[in-house]
Amino acid sequence: MTAPVLQVEAPRSAPDVDAAVRTTGLTKRFRGGQVAVDALDLVVPRGSVTGFLGPNGSGKTTTIRMLLGLVVPTSGQVELLGEPVPRASASVLPRVGALVEGPAFHPYLSGRANLVRLDAADRTVDRRTSSARIDTALDRVGLQAAAGKRFRTYSLGMKQRLGLAAALLRPRDLFILDEPTNGLDPQGTREVRTLVRELAADGCTVLVSSHLLGEIEQVCDRVVVMRAGRAVTSGTLEELALLARPSVVVETPALDAALSVLRRLGATAATADADGLRVRADLPDVAVEDVTRALVHADVPVRGIGRSGRSLEELFVELTGEGFDVVG
Amino acid sequence: MSSADTVLLDRPGVSLSARLLRSELRLVFGRRRNQVLLVVLALVPVLVGVAIRVSSAEVEPGEGPPFIDRVSGNGLFLAFTALAAVVPFLLPLAVGVVAGDAVAGEAQAGTLRYLLTVPVSRTRVLVVKYGALVVFGAAASFLVAAVGLGLGAALFPTGDVTLLSGTTVSETSAIGRALLVAAYVSVSLAGLSAIGLAVSAFTEVPVAAMATTVVLAITSQILDAVPQLDWLHPYLFSHHWLAFGDLVRDPVPTGTLVDGLQLQAAWIAVALAVAWSRFTTKDVTS
Repeated sequence: MTAPVLQVEAPRSAPDVDAAVRTTGLTKRFRGGQVAVDALDLVVPRGSVTGFLGPNGSGKTTTIRMLLGLVVPTSGQVELLGEPVPRASASVLPRVGALVEGPAFHPYLSGRANLVRLDAADRTVDRRTSSARIDTALDRVGLQAAAGKRFRTYSLGMKQRLGLAAALLRPRDLFILDEPTNGLDPQGTREVRTLVRELAADGCTVLVSSHLLGEIEQVCDRVVVMRAGRAVTSGTLEELALLARPSVVVETPALDAALSVLRRLGATAATADADGLRVRADLPDVAVEDVTRALVHADVPVRGIGRSGRSLEELFVELTGEGFDVVG
Repeated sequence: MSSADTVLLDRPGVSLSARLLRSELRLVFGRRRNQVLLVVLALVPVLVGVAIRVSSAEVEPGEGPPFIDRVSGNGLFLAFTALAAVVPFLLPLAVGVVAGDAVAGEAQAGTLRYLLTVPVSRTRVLVVKYGALVVFGAAASFLVAAVGLGLGAALFPTGDVTLLSGTTVSETSAIGRALLVAAYVSVSLAGLSAIGLAVSAFTEVPVAAMATTVVLAITSQILDAVPQLDWLHPYLFSHHWLAFGDLVRDPVPTGTLVDGLQLQAAWIAVALAVAWSRFTTKDVTS
């Protein structure tokens, strides 16, 4: 199906936003011609918790790999914390905690030994504090009791926790967490949400990806929705909720006139759809017939009017396409 | 937040990190598979020594591995015999396994992406990996030499050693020569390690990299044995692998040994350049 492009805000990154992550025209074309990420302009404002949503195969992980300098973009730029990647990777990546496509550790080393190795690789930390920092990180993800066991004996949830512990080995300014709740039971998922909230409360920026809206809806204040390598929607969760809440939809060629009428009626938020043919307003307490009357009185040509209601989940599916819609 | 002050410590570029190298060595030597490889290598002088001790068969010079006819006369020769026995196949196998695994193993396990996002520069990953491989090759060579010397001294008479050139040197000098042989073999293995590292940088399948490295080592020796290809022989990385026999002469003819060291230096330079150009540009998608 073709999803309507519901543009809540201009995708062109406003350059004045203080961004922890900013990509400009980021594109990755793999050998063989497959375009995994297509001219992506992604902005993650500093201090925000931004959800990075999209079905599997929509380009989230490739984007994250480019953010971290693992994959070289075909074109476009990446800035993390104001510095270009990969040119400034050496100085900026120590400030970034990352979980990329699931945890990966040496199977025959213990959880703790794996963290020791990662800490040894970091030239920017004080080795004397290594053991204390590792303990703190293990405590924070609740893995202290199993720290001495070999990684291969860990359950998926424990592996995920160890991955988070690695991201927490030192203070960071930005966290890029790819599917952090993958494989976790409901309890673990709740703990990850709590952790993300704590990180945000500490002033960190968090970019958290998921293919399930419900997993991250509760912790994000912004979302970017990906589909087939492009961002189809980005904005605050409130803006997205407006698209999803039961709202009055007016089909009209006179967008501005319609918007002003709707605002006069008490709409707290009213927006025009990207196709320029419809306006949408949040008017839960006004009957549709009253809205129609007010529009007609104001000489607004009305081609159609009605209420639309969708859950965020429905909206998400509408934006990203139904399942099994792999774009290859 | 906090990180600005610590970032100042960072010096981008290639400065060898002792802490990461130690971690890499723990990884290589702590791995059960690699320990088994070392044990198997150490068993070679034991098997050869015990076989000579319990057998009464006369060995003609030229039969079996080099120097084997001399072991019963002087136990120190067990070290030379054992090294000569493991150089063509067992040592390249052990080094091929560890070198082939170096980058490809981390790529397959996914640990490479986490190492790179720490961040560790890709050049530094290669430098540390190669450093650990050189140490592993040297450890394997010196292990065989040490077990050979120790067991040879335990099972057979020792004392002054009559060299291939007919001259007699002291026991200390003979031990010194055995260690020099191990050092020469270590350099040969450093060449093979560089080749294995380059192969490893091209794949995410460690078994493929291990097999390729071992096959290259064997193929090189097969080509070296074909007289019709004698124009090629001086360029084969295995060509001077057994030249260490010259260290058991007095005075030591250094010509071939120096050729061997130069050959390894050239192969190391080429292989590391290939590994570097591949590894620093490839997309890490595993």
